[in-house]
Amino acid sequence: MTSKVRAVFGMPRRLNRSFTVSLMLFALLGLFGSFMVLPLIYTINNAFKPLDELFIFPPRFWVNNPTMENFADLINLMGNSWVPLSRYIANTLLITLLGTAGHILLASAAAYPLAKYRFPGSNVLFTIVILSLMFSPHVTAIPNYMVMSWLGWINTHASIIVPSLAFSLGLFLMKQFMEQIPDALLEAAKIDGANEYRIFWSIVMPNVKPAWLTLMILQFPALWGTDGGSFIYSENLKTLHYALSQIIQGGIARAGVGAAVALLLMIVPITLFIISQSSVMQTMATSGMKE
Amino acid sequence: MNTRQSSWWSLLKRDLYRSRHYYVLMAPFMLIFFMFTVIPVGISLGLSFFHFNMLELPRFVGWQNYSRLFLNDDVFLIALKNTLLFAVITGPVSYIACFLFAWIINELSPKIRAIMTLVFYAPSISGNVFFIWLIVFSGDSYGYMNGFLMRLGVILEPIQWLSNEKYVLAIVIIVQLWLSLGTSFLAFIAGLQTIDRSLVEAGTVDGIKNRWQELWYITLPSMRPQLMFGAVMQITASFAVAEISIALAGFPSVNYAAHTVVTHLMDFGTIRFEMGYASAIATVLFVLMLGTNVLTQKMLRKIGE
Repeated sequence: MTSKVRAVFGMPRRLNRSFTVSLMLFALLGLFGSFMVLPLIYTINNAFKPLDELFIFPPRFWVNNPTMENFADLINLMGNSWVPLSRYIANTLLITLLGTAGHILLASAAAYPLAKYRFPGSNVLFTIVILSLMFSPHVTAIPNYMVMSWLGWINTHASIIVPSLAFSLGLFLMKQFMEQIPDALLEAAKIDGANEYRIFWSIVMPNVKPAWLTLMILQFPALWGTDGGSFIYSENLKTLHYALSQIIQGGIARAGVGAAVALLLMIVPITLFIISQSSVMQTMATSGMKE
Repeated sequence: MNTRQSSWWSLLKRDLYRSRHYYVLMAPFMLIFFMFTVIPVGISLGLSFFHFNMLELPRFVGWQNYSRLFLNDDVFLIALKNTLLFAVITGPVSYIACFLFAWIINELSPKIRAIMTLVFYAPSISGNVFFIWLIVFSGDSYGYMNGFLMRLGVILEPIQWLSNEKYVLAIVIIVQLWLSLGTSFLAFIAGLQTIDRSLVEAGTVDGIKNRWQELWYITLPSMRPQLMFGAVMQITASFAVAEISIALAGFPSVNYAAHTVVTHLMDFGTIRFEMGYASAIATVLFVLMLGTNVLTQKMLRKIGE
């Protein structure tokens, strides 16, 4: 009996394990796991519900007659909108790709000296980075707006992309990961005549590929979910997320389309995470996160 | 004296020259980081001593913003009370939940582990999916909670969950918890996988009898770096509750029942344009976060002793 259940759960045999407690803990995990996942399953179901099922009383969780109607309506609706959908998609792609790639590059470049060398100011800079992990962006929201307006960046994509390049959590994780690169590797490159930039680009960067993915999985959903915040006002500069959340707020008439939109917004970051999961875990584990 | 000073200076100069490439590598990141994080924090600290409405020149008022905040602003006191309540409930609960679930998941086989990780992590990356909770707690009988309770016969008519002072704060807390298994949860799962199995075997020889002793004497101490990191992330998140409150309870919420320090900050900063006052609110929030972080780190050092 015991071994059968063990096989179902795929539990490896471990020392110091009482089977009853294991079972209780897994029950707990299942209970809370379903609490976590129910809203997501509901979103998936909802997207395929025909309109009459969306407004059924009492409300139903599962879809009875799945339909693609909501997605067709969405395409129609976007086709008729004032700013074409492609514009929103282009804006979102620009922000997300530039913001994520730039962040990985800049955070890595800054992390390499901090991880591998001691030089005047290195401790102070790293302490400031750590401190900045401890406050929420809301603390800086107002002065940030002032800085943006001095720079004349209000209502440009730069106001979203540029600040996202220097996100202190990324630098922190990257630094901790780079500390694992053996010094001998860098020494060898130096003896071969490579300068610091060359070492960074051809030795360090390829070695931290799993860490790129981690930064990506942290940065991508944040940028994908941005609606332009308080910096962007022009309709044709807004993001896909903004356009779609306008539809969600559209009320009863568009409930079906809203359900389809919710699924689309959810599916992209989750897919990205599924693809990169194992590498992300690897980085999070090896980047010792030393005190 | 003079030679010592000049040699110190020339040593520094040599060090600076030697490290010039490092500064070049760090420059782009640090420039942006200072521009949009460090300098704004500095401005915010400074502005908190001024009266400033973006139209007139700032006028120095000393501690007046702070005294008004604590003595004359009843709404701030409600916001502070709610925020501390969030911090005391969601902070520790989400932190322990992150660890507990990571710890249980770690016992599963790799495939199921990957699925369960996704299940718990998905809410925090799936963007604005929390609007689903608006449907669950919708005030009419189409709301799932109302529909469910009415069918069970617990209630006879729908409850206005989100515009009732009695329920709204609890609902925001639940949704916040649902969303809170993020970066620290991933760090914990990954940290658990790197624990040296030979430590556990050695522990068994030394008399560790059950999983709870193993947890306290081996697992937790081996994970101290991840635990520290997780604490910083969870504390910051639990003090900064705002979006969820606004999305679910509205802005402002009924009788400020779900008002937090951050929504108060938004109120004065982006609606009333009282920048000095808003900066004082931001400073209080920053001091609260920093203080809690220092305290928590001290407590975490005691683990496994």
